[in-house]
Parts: sequence; structure tokens; C-alpha cells
Amino acid sequence: MFKNAFDLYYEGFRSMVVGRTLWKIIFIKLFIMFAILKVFFFPNFLATNFDTDAERADHVLSNLTQPAADKH
Amino acid sequence: MIEQIDLTMVSWARATFALTAMYHWIFVPLTLGLSFICAFFESIYVKTGDEQWKKLTRFWMTLFGINFAIGVATGIILEFEFGTNWSNYSWMVGDIFGVPLAIEGLLAFFLEATFFAVMFFGWNRVSKRAHLFSTWMVAIGSNLSAVWILVANGWMQHPIGMEFNPDLARFEMVDFWAIVSSPVAISHFVHVTSAAFLYASLFVVAVSSWFLLKKRHIKFAKRSLTVVCTFGLLASLFVAYTGDEHAYHAANVQPMKLAAMEGLYDGEAPAGLVAAGLLNFSKKPGDDQDAFIFEVKIPMVLSLLANRDINSFVPGINDLVYGNDAENIMGVEEKMVRGKLAVAGLGDYKAAKKSGDQLAAGKALTLFEENSDYLGYGYLDYAEQAVPYVPLIFYSFRVMVGLGTFFILLFLVYLYLLYKDQLEKQALLLKLGVGSFLLGLVAHEAGWIVTEVGRQPWAIQDLLPVTIARSNLDAGTVEVTFFMFLILFTALLIAELKIMAKQISIGPEGD
Repeated sequence: MFKNAFDLYYEGFRSMVVGRTLWKIIFIKLFIMFAILKVFFFPNFLATNFDTDAERADHVLSNLTQPAADKH
Repeated sequence: MIEQIDLTMVSWARATFALTAMYHWIFVPLTLGLSFICAFFESIYVKTGDEQWKKLTRFWMTLFGINFAIGVATGIILEFEFGTNWSNYSWMVGDIFGVPLAIEGLLAFFLEATFFAVMFFGWNRVSKRAHLFSTWMVAIGSNLSAVWILVANGWMQHPIGMEFNPDLARFEMVDFWAIVSSPVAISHFVHVTSAAFLYASLFVVAVSSWFLLKKRHIKFAKRSLTVVCTFGLLASLFVAYTGDEHAYHAANVQPMKLAAMEGLYDGEAPAGLVAAGLLNFSKKPGDDQDAFIFEVKIPMVLSLLANRDINSFVPGINDLVYGNDAENIMGVEEKMVRGKLAVAGLGDYKAAKKSGDQLAAGKALTLFEENSDYLGYGYLDYAEQAVPYVPLIFYSFRVMVGLGTFFILLFLVYLYLLYKDQLEKQALLLKLGVGSFLLGLVAHEAGWIVTEVGRQPWAIQDLLPVTIARSNLDAGTVEVTFFMFLILFTALLIAELKIMAKQISIGPEGD
């Protein structure tokens, strides 16, 4: 069964035509998204700026109770 | 208060989110609809054993694969944006969205990923029925994934089944089934998925019409059209039905959205539906100007759609902003007073907890809880801020409904001419068929605008405005990412169009 499953994927990938181009696009896209965009442009704001959930909750509560005064 | 907040950052964050969502939305409905269309085609192949249906199925399946590959993971960018640009919101809804999105991820992984390989690689390697089963599982899995996303979105439009935890500043789920079975979420799901079926049908109509215009693969195109025009017609009718349900729920839980959709400033009983109209762009809530330069109204229909009663009162923007005692409608001004009490109660609670004053904390918590239903209104500076941008919503709604009606007629005409075997002689109609896919995209995006812009200024209806949902970031950072996405998305769209066009021009012969 495992051999059949392996063969399905192996032969499938080997005989791809349009799929090869599509996989290249998928990998380039995922690289741009996760290795560039996520790392350099989309840090998780609360995870990056605060160490504990208590600090994060306090920050959000501050924004809810004094929204204008808490600008960075 | 709101003036001091960096609105430019919020505007760029909203524009970035809109760009990402609208781009994502080019691919998703095509995936949802084409997956079922491929399943229909393959079912006919398995039933009849006719190899031409197999060839047909494989052609559309290839186009489905191209669309899936280009569109896959574009939704993840939305999650990046939640964490970076909308961190207050992300923190507050994490408990609510965690479960549905986790289920979505698991379903997407196990159903789609497992059966996807069999669907594409399994021709001639597994039995016909096993292959067909895989194709159906991909279709069902894709559409089940959409359930959970739309449950999360439905909750934002109508937040139920939760409590606010003032210690953690989070909405916490207390009733999973209330969230999942919310009428708003259900009507949202059925409307969106049926619209996706319609949109995918238009894609097949467009490609098949192009084949007929070029006098290529005529039998293939006609077979495809016979199935998708039937499917598209049923989907169109269902879209109209579910759209009515959707509007009915909006009337109950988001009356401001409905009033904006209709350009209705002063409530009426009975209220007519504006079939067509030219809005007065300088009209503002509370002024004496006419809302329309020109309008054609169908009497009583809005009352019927909103309340299922032709004589009922439908509130307008002015009733909702300034209140209407006769109709027992609390205005935004009064809600703002209560909202500010909720904000003050929350602030006092936080301060009392910090100082260890349990008595004061208890009093503050009571004040908060008494007014927490209006929390979001506490962040508004003036009542008119609760009104979304009416012209965009009014015209988007009419574009969506107008095109939806046109698609019903298009499918009917196509089916009639297919029946009479006259379709390939109608060059003008076929050109319209080719263009109909673009119109389908316009209708789809217009629907998204009505739903999402129509609920502004709320990130979570009545509880959290977008100005408070945002992160404390500079506008410049968000502005840069907007243009980066614009370039990335444009490049991906060009890649998709090129690959898709090449594959279509090769036709069903080039497997």
C-alpha cells in the first residue's frame, strides 16, 4: 500500500507538464511570503514587542481604555 | 479621541487588507465552484463510460489546478496582516477564531491535500470510482473549508456566543454552537458558496464561448455549456434567494448597512425598494437635502424584504443616528453615552485591580457589564461616524443585483439556444459570454464591498471600531507593504493569466 502511494506521487510528479511551472510558482510565492514578507515586513506586533501574555493583555487593555494616549 | 489616532495608518491598513482580500477572492470562488463542476463532469464520465467526458473533465481539472496553484496560500497574507496591522483585534478575537480556523486548517489539509494527489495523479492508477470519490472529496473539502472562514466572518458581523474577559481583554467563546449555527453565518456561507458556483460557471461559459467563436472543440464546448449553464442557472436562482435571506438578517442585526444599501435616510412605513437611482453625493445625515437626484422605487418591497411585512417600518440612517422614539430606536448618540460608560468602567476596573481595591473593581466591572453591548460606540467622537460611506455601498449593491439578474437571463438564453442547436451562430452572444466572466468577478467583488464596507466603522459589529482594532504602527510601514503586495499580486495575476491562456489555447487535446 505504501509502495502504491509512493508510486502514485513519484510517477505523478515525474509526468507533470503544466504542474512543473505551477510548482515553481508555488515555491517562489511561498519563499517570498515566508522568508521575506513574514520575516522583514510582517512581524507579529504583540509577540515582538511583549514577552508575556499578561503584558500583551495589559497593552490591549490600555488601548481600549486610553486609545489616543498609547500611540508609539 | 479618534482625531488624535493616526487615521492614516488605519486607512492604509484597511486598503492593504481590502487589496489582499479582493485579490484572494479572485481565486477562491473559482476553486470552490470549479471543483464541483469537475465532479459533475467526471460523474457523467463514470456513468456513461464515454471517453470524451473524461477528456473534458481532465481539461477543466487542469484549469482548476492552475487556479488553485496560483491562489493557494494567498489567504495566509491576511493572517500576516492580522498579526501586524490589526494586533488589538487579533488579540481580542483569538479565542473565538482559534477553533474555526484550526478546523478549517485540518479539513483543508486532510481532505484537500489527501485527495488532491489522487485527483491529479490517479487517472489510470486507481479505479474510476475511487478517482471520482477523490474528486468529490476535493470539492466537498474545499467548500467545507469555506464554512469556517465564513463562520468567523459571520461572527464579526453578528458577535454572539461569547463573553468579554476584562482581565485578558479578550472575547471568549462560551457557546460554540451558537457561533457555528448563527443565522448570519449560515446565510453568509450559502450566499457566498452559491455565488462561487455561479462565478465558476461563468468561467466555463467564457472559455467554451471562446471555443465556439473560434470554431474549435465545438462538441466539447457545447457539452460543457449544457452542464454549466444548468448548474449556473440553479446557482444564480439560489444566489438571489440567499441574498434575500442575507439582506433580511442585515435588516435585523446591521440596520445601518441596509439603510446605506438603500440610500435610505428617513425611515418609512411602508418602505419602497430603490430599483435605480442617482444619489445626491452632498447629502449628509441630518441635513435637509434630498438623498436622490433621481430614483425609481418599487413600493413596499423594502418593507417586505427587511421584515417580511409589506407595511412595516424600515429605519433610515437618520433614525439610527439620532434615534426614533416612536419606533423605539435608540440612536447612536445615546449608544455613545453608554459606550463611554463601558470604556470608563473598563478603565476603572483595570486601575482598581492594579491598586488591589476589590470593592472599586467590582463596581467598575458592574458599570462595564451594564453597558458592554455598546462598547464600540464609546470610541466614536460624533454620532455620524457610525455611518458607512453610502454611495459606495448603494452602487455596489445595485451592480451586484443587476449583474446577478443579467446572469440568470444569460444562462436561460444559452440553454434555450443549446436546446435549439443555434448557439454557435450567435457571435454577439458568444462574445458577451466571453466577457461574462469579468462581469462575474465585478459582481463578486461588489458583493464583498457591500458586506465589508457596509459594516464600517466596525471591525466587530458595535463592539470594536477599526480605529481601535489596529496596531500602534506608523503609516509609512503599512504604506510600503501595500505597494509591495500590489506588485506581488499583479505579478501573480499576470502569471496566472498567461498560464491559463496558454492552456486554454492548447485546448482539451493537449492533456
